[in-house]
Amino acid sequence: MGRTLAEKVWDEHVVRTAPGEPDLLYIDLHLIHEVTSPQAFEGLRLSDRTVRRPDLTLATEDHNVPTVDWDKPIADPVSRTQVETLRRNAEEFGIRLHALGDKDQGIVHIIGPQLGLTQPGMTIVCGDSHTSTHGAFGALAFGIGTSEVEHVLATQTLTQKRPRTMAVTVNGSLPDGVTAKDLVLTLITHTGTGGGQGYIVEYRGPAIEELSMEGRMTICNMSIEWGAKAGMIAPDQTTFDYLADKPEAPKGADWDAAVEHWRGLVTDDDATYDKEIVLDASTMTPFVTWGTNPGQGVPLGEAVPDPASFDEPSDRVAAEKALEYMALTAGTPMREVKVDTVFVGSCTNGRIEDLRLAAEVIKGRTVDPDTRLLVVPGSAKVRLQAEDEGLDVVFKEAGAEWRGAGCSMCLGMNPDQLAPGERSASTSNRNFEGRQGKGGRTHLVSVPVAAATAVRGTLSSPADLPALD
Amino acid sequence: MDAFTTHTGVGVPLRRSNVDTDQIIPAHYLKRVSRTGFEDGLFAAWRDNPDFVLNRPEYSNGSVLVAGPDFGTGSSREHAVWALMNYGFRAVIAPRFGDIFRGNSGKAGLVAAQVDDKVVSRLWDFLEDNPGGVVTVDLESRTVKAGEGADAIEDSFDIDDYTRWRLLEGLDDIGITLGHADDITAYEQGRPSFKPATL
Ligand code: SF4
Repeated sequence: MGRTLAEKVWDEHVVRTAPGEPDLLYIDLHLIHEVTSPQAFEGLRLSDRTVRRPDLTLATEDHNVPTVDWDKPIADPVSRTQVETLRRNAEEFGIRLHALGDKDQGIVHIIGPQLGLTQPGMTIVCGDSHTSTHGAFGALAFGIGTSEVEHVLATQTLTQKRPRTMAVTVNGSLPDGVTAKDLVLTLITHTGTGGGQGYIVEYRGPAIEELSMEGRMTICNMSIEWGAKAGMIAPDQTTFDYLADKPEAPKGADWDAAVEHWRGLVTDDDATYDKEIVLDASTMTPFVTWGTNPGQGVPLGEAVPDPASFDEPSDRVAAEKALEYMALTAGTPMREVKVDTVFVGSCTNGRIEDLRLAAEVIKGRTVDPDTRLLVVPGSAKVRLQAEDEGLDVVFKEAGAEWRGAGCSMCLGMNPDQLAPGERSASTSNRNFEGRQGKGGRTHLVSVPVAAATAVRGTLSSPADLPALD
Repeated sequence: MDAFTTHTGVGVPLRRSNVDTDQIIPAHYLKRVSRTGFEDGLFAAWRDNPDFVLNRPEYSNGSVLVAGPDFGTGSSREHAVWALMNYGFRAVIAPRFGDIFRGNSGKAGLVAAQVDDKVVSRLWDFLEDNPGGVVTVDLESRTVKAGEGADAIEDSFDIDDYTRWRLLEGLDDIGITLGHADDITAYEQGRPSFKPATL
């Protein structure tokens, strides 16, 4: 019988299998950052162990770094210690590190693809749940905890129970102005935050094939938001074209051998999935969240839902709690919700295409005087490219803040935070209570919606903006 | 890691679903480079509220947390497990856990016991009617128990066999894997040359 993409990649990485035990999987690439690695290195030292394959490990600084004055020493001493600890560990164990100030520094899930280190058919892990992003290349990529980070450092393997597989087939084409972000937000509201639990999900169908690599990364990125173990998309010509000129992509005969192998990484016609979901992209519209988990969303054209409209009692209670936290009243049109801060960035939507889309909406317009627009490139390279294209000037002329690369307000670990009660429209991936700052209220949105919202000051799409002369 | 066979301790009813790891410990508290001292960040946003269950004296020695579905979803931060353990929790009972959280628990020595929705509802009622009441989590027989007499609650919980075995034995995962070092070396010899390296 045929195999799915996920099964093929899994099978290629089994080091050892035994009845009643999880498989031992080989890891091709281990990405690390400052927040989830210090205790792992400490564990190695305490047990007198070493890093088995520093040459399959890459470190960067992203979660906890400032996005202003990033060329100066980090002001917060606790944050500084964490970053310095990573630098010391990288030095001691011989690991390549892209530190703040380096042109390859950035959010870990942005730099892997951008360097060409993320390739089809690989196993990729990182102490970060959005590692699923790399699945856009047909890699099996998932987030792990710090104990597992230590396990991978010491052994270059992980013990893993083979998950079930699911197909999400998206037919049709996304209408103009509707993005990969709207697609994945629609999907999560459809399935709920636990809908993907226990599955490796493969996204497929015409609407997925039409997406750029960056759009595909946005989809795979948010797999974890509906509970999936990983998200994957079969590699195709779009994937190969993206990789061809990347610095770490295979060269010469290796490239030819790699592409030949990659072409086989598709689900066989006679393979079966444990579960299938089918969606139609052509009916999708800009989509926004109203609640405190990513599954609480509605089309932008609709209103804040009434908790009583939910069938499940637990959904009703969750909706009531969410509306109270979000200070929203059922029935309010989403378009009337006033926003204080707009955040464009993160590993979901902080790549160059995202910044181009935002600039396209902002160009020739100004940010609403009561709204703040923060634009944070996902990596130093994205920042340099954007500056090369003059996008930074577009943002600054409109009244936005143009920052250095990092996770920033996606998780509010550095000083980029919402104040209590402040409301944001954010292109990131999590609207959890307090995620962007204690008491902060987050609406997840696409890049065009974020940009239009910054101009109008209420949740909006570019279609709501008056035409430019 | 300390072995875990059975534990009986004060149960804490956390009547909430979808408690993600940002709720368990906000990012702001993740800056420490040790595995200890995270108890201050546990449920930080709710601790300001005097009525929050952990602030009530009857539950102050709680060691078994009883939560609603989708506990520990979201971020991979193992700090969430450390914060619970640093505070004194030995086990969490819930109808459904975030995958990474459940994995992290098994590695760090916290028992994540998955039970039916109804069991959680009954435990919540019991613990609210009997503040300070104890719950037993028996890993050997995979059962949770609380109360006495006719209303006693006793039901089985799910945990995968391998995690249970490691917890019962208190085994270090890395040590087990290093026992298979020859298999790893053999695998490495067959890796294709087009696979990328960082150095
Ligand atoms: S941008 Fe946000 S989601 Fe992505 S790695 Fe950083 S903190 Fe995590």
